[in-house]
Amino acid sequence: MAAELHVALVAADREVWSGEATLVVARTTSGDIGVMPGHQPLLGVLESGPVTIRTSDGGTVVAAVHGGFISFADNKLSLLAEIAELSDEIDVQRAERALERAKSEEDAFAERRAEVRLRAATAR
Amino acid sequence: MGAQLRVYKRRIRSVTATKKITKAMEMIAASRVVKAQRKVAASTPYAQELTRAVRAVGTGSNTKHPLTTQAETVTRSAVLLLTSDRGLAGAFNSNAIKAAEQLTERLEREGKQVDTYIVGRRGVAHYNFRERKIAQSWTGFTDEPTYADAKKVAAPLIGAIEKDTADGGVDELHIVYTEFVSMMTQTAVDSRMLPLSLEEVAEEAPKGEILPLYDFEPSAEDVLDALLPRYVESRIYNALLQSAASKHAATRRAMKSATDNAGELIENLTRLANAARQAEITQEISEIVGGASALADATAGSDY
Repeated sequence: MAAELHVALVAADREVWSGEATLVVARTTSGDIGVMPGHQPLLGVLESGPVTIRTSDGGTVVAAVHGGFISFADNKLSLLAEIAELSDEIDVQRAERALERAKSEEDAFAERRAEVRLRAATAR
Repeated sequence: MGAQLRVYKRRIRSVTATKKITKAMEMIAASRVVKAQRKVAASTPYAQELTRAVRAVGTGSNTKHPLTTQAETVTRSAVLLLTSDRGLAGAFNSNAIKAAEQLTERLEREGKQVDTYIVGRRGVAHYNFRERKIAQSWTGFTDEPTYADAKKVAAPLIGAIEKDTADGGVDELHIVYTEFVSMMTQTAVDSRMLPLSLEEVAEEAPKGEILPLYDFEPSAEDVLDALLPRYVESRIYNALLQSAASKHAATRRAMKSATDNAGELIENLTRLANAARQAEITQEISEIVGGASALADATAGSDY
């Protein structure tokens, strides 16, 4: 059995996902980072982007995360986000509509958010 | 039916209707307390992790940040008061307002100017009626606050702290809210939220926990920059949720005593109505008896 790390994906108002994983890939402000068991203690700022969690039973969990932090110590990884959605919670049509609306209103922030949602939804 | 009896009957009917309403409100409030408590519980993991992260940065580096630096002389402070939009909650709002007023008085005695920020229509109405200045106010979400609401409240406060005092900024931020101790006890508390003392956060650590030396990505300053506003938001969110839970608990209690009082009133009125009815019957009987004996007397006289 491969080494595992415990992952908790927490949004401001709920725990979105938690479980064992072998690899977590997230986007920090200085670039994508992959964390595997035994990584050095880390505290980073997350960008708006998809987070990929490879679970220990071989599955993959993708979530759209908007702003937040990643912290890793003692084989425990926490992903803190103000807003976090699992890919299967995302309503693709709604995200597409939001993207179009954001584009027409030239709201760069909302556009980015909708894009991340869509990317996370299509990656599942 | 006599006039007296009719008045009692009418009052009993109206009190019964009131009792039904207060009973319903009590039950609604009871279910909302549970919901609010669940929300507090759901937000705990985030708050805990965030506190841990702040502690990690606080102990792992010596970075300075406007939200953690104590001004040498505090000339202006901000007070954030959390009240509710609706009343019918006993002394809930007046307790919170009283706590805020005591705090304001104390700060003013120390020679500080006080800017008041208010959440909830009740607090706003109280200050407007007394024509006191409100720096900013928010209403409409006190029953079920969301994280977005907390962000909305936190943004101008953080902005005011970061601004220089000479340009209208503030040096410290106090928050007054009602802490949810239990279903029966809720207390209005005030605490200084900003500037944040990293030492204090570090002291809150559970005994024996040693934090590892973190690698900061991209740098300790940047992490702190992003972390502290979130920490403040999460603290405000927690205060909003506790205040909402307290409000519902206070409503439940107030409505419970209103229901009890209505029940007592109905009981007393029923007794009075019974006495009135009995008096009416007694009077009627004595009238009949009196009339009959008068009639008997009259016939007895005519027999001669």
